[in-house]
Amino acid sequence: MAISLHRFVRKIREINHRYSEPHIEMSAGVKMSLMALRIYLLLLVGIIAYKFVLLLK
Amino acid sequence: MNLFAKIYYYIQKYWKAFKIYLIVAGPGLVVMVADNDAGGITTYAATGAKYGYHLIWFLLILIPVAYYVQEMTVRLGVITKRGHAEAIFDGFGAFWGWFSLIDLMILDWLTLVTEFIGMTSALRIFGVPPWVTVAGVVTLMGIIVINGRYWTWEKIAMLFCALNLIYIPGAFMVNPSVSSIIGDGLIPNFAGGFNGQLFFFLMANIGTTIAPWMLFFQQSAVVDKGMQEKDIPWGRFDTLLGSISTVVVAIFIIIVTGTVLEGVEIDSASQAAEQMMKSNRYVGTFMAIGLFDAGLLGAICISLASSWAFGEIFGWAHSLNNKIREAPWFYASYFFALITSGLVVLIPNAPLVLITLFVQVIAVTLLPAALVFLILLLNDKKHTGEYCNTLSQNLIGGLIVVAIVILSTLYGVSVMFPRLFQ
Repeated sequence: MAISLHRFVRKIREINHRYSEPHIEMSAGVKMSLMALRIYLLLLVGIIAYKFVLLLK
Repeated sequence: MNLFAKIYYYIQKYWKAFKIYLIVAGPGLVVMVADNDAGGITTYAATGAKYGYHLIWFLLILIPVAYYVQEMTVRLGVITKRGHAEAIFDGFGAFWGWFSLIDLMILDWLTLVTEFIGMTSALRIFGVPPWVTVAGVVTLMGIIVINGRYWTWEKIAMLFCALNLIYIPGAFMVNPSVSSIIGDGLIPNFAGGFNGQLFFFLMANIGTTIAPWMLFFQQSAVVDKGMQEKDIPWGRFDTLLGSISTVVVAIFIIIVTGTVLEGVEIDSASQAAEQMMKSNRYVGTFMAIGLFDAGLLGAICISLASSWAFGEIFGWAHSLNNKIREAPWFYASYFFALITSGLVVLIPNAPLVLITLFVQVIAVTLLPAALVFLILLLNDKKHTGEYCNTLSQNLIGGLIVVAIVILSTLYGVSVMFPRLFQ
């Protein structure tokens, strides 16, 4: 079990290393789109968290 | 004689083209028809019951929407020879890659649960216990994939796609008024005025037409099938045919429920089938068979979308052309998702309604991201070359993506806060 977990963690690290740098050309448009996506997702996560709190109440 | 020669020439020409299409056909048609899954059938049945034929025109608008989005996955898959998950990892780095992969994994698993809900409720109408349905479906889906050939899997999936057409004879059997379909359905109108409830239905119909797993599935299927650049026009045709088929089937479902159940509150497709059995036993039976087929087809595709994505990222062998011993992890993840999601449906008092709700909410977080990545990847000239998006493709695609992002977000919010749109 411990060996399998160790292998899995090593595999994740290897994937993170392999894809550490984005290979798409990071133009201003791409950067702006990714930033907009980050903001959108943060807002959405905020709404979901708010709903979760409402459900708990 | 000259005329006969010409006719013979054209028959030969089109027969040859048809044979080529049969070789290339598959990913676009299968993904689009599978899009009419258990959740989709419920949405269309409820739309017909609520608004009659009045929203048929809106579904017709969704043909180009579905086509433009899915066509991009064909080009990207053919050119990069990568599935959508791997393309995101490579293009945008590990952060966005993991976000997409984990989101896809959760969404696919939850959607699989909803497919099992649809299949078990459909067969329960015929007296089949849920555990028999789950065991039967898992066995059947195992048999479909273990032969180790993509081609065989695809052709079996296409057979199930053909069964999806069962709603068409069903619609003819309820004797709908053609003049009402043309008058009410084909002329854009908002029955009862544009209110929150209508908006909810419009969003639900969009949400069932474009789903995140479809992008991942079609791109991976294009790669697994081994499509080449010369096949792109056929891939486009296949996608167009699929887009038309999915909407035509949806329209016939609306015609069936719009004719028989107009004004009846429908919560699920199985409830619609049961209601219809009271007035026309055969149509109700067709509805139930169609729901089971839709759930099965959805499950076939969705479980593969996850397995392909995992295989791409973890570097496992991940092709349906591999035997189980050649790609053990690929098949293990496929069966793991299937069996666990099937078992959830068998748990007494499982929160199935909550699961259905979560599917919509999580889809909303993944869909905009997947669509934005798709557009950006197809604007990367370095990797896509001559198949890079043109200005008009960007304008059309961009407009569709922005509209889908806004509407699907509103749909997700309305699922969480239903009173907001009342």
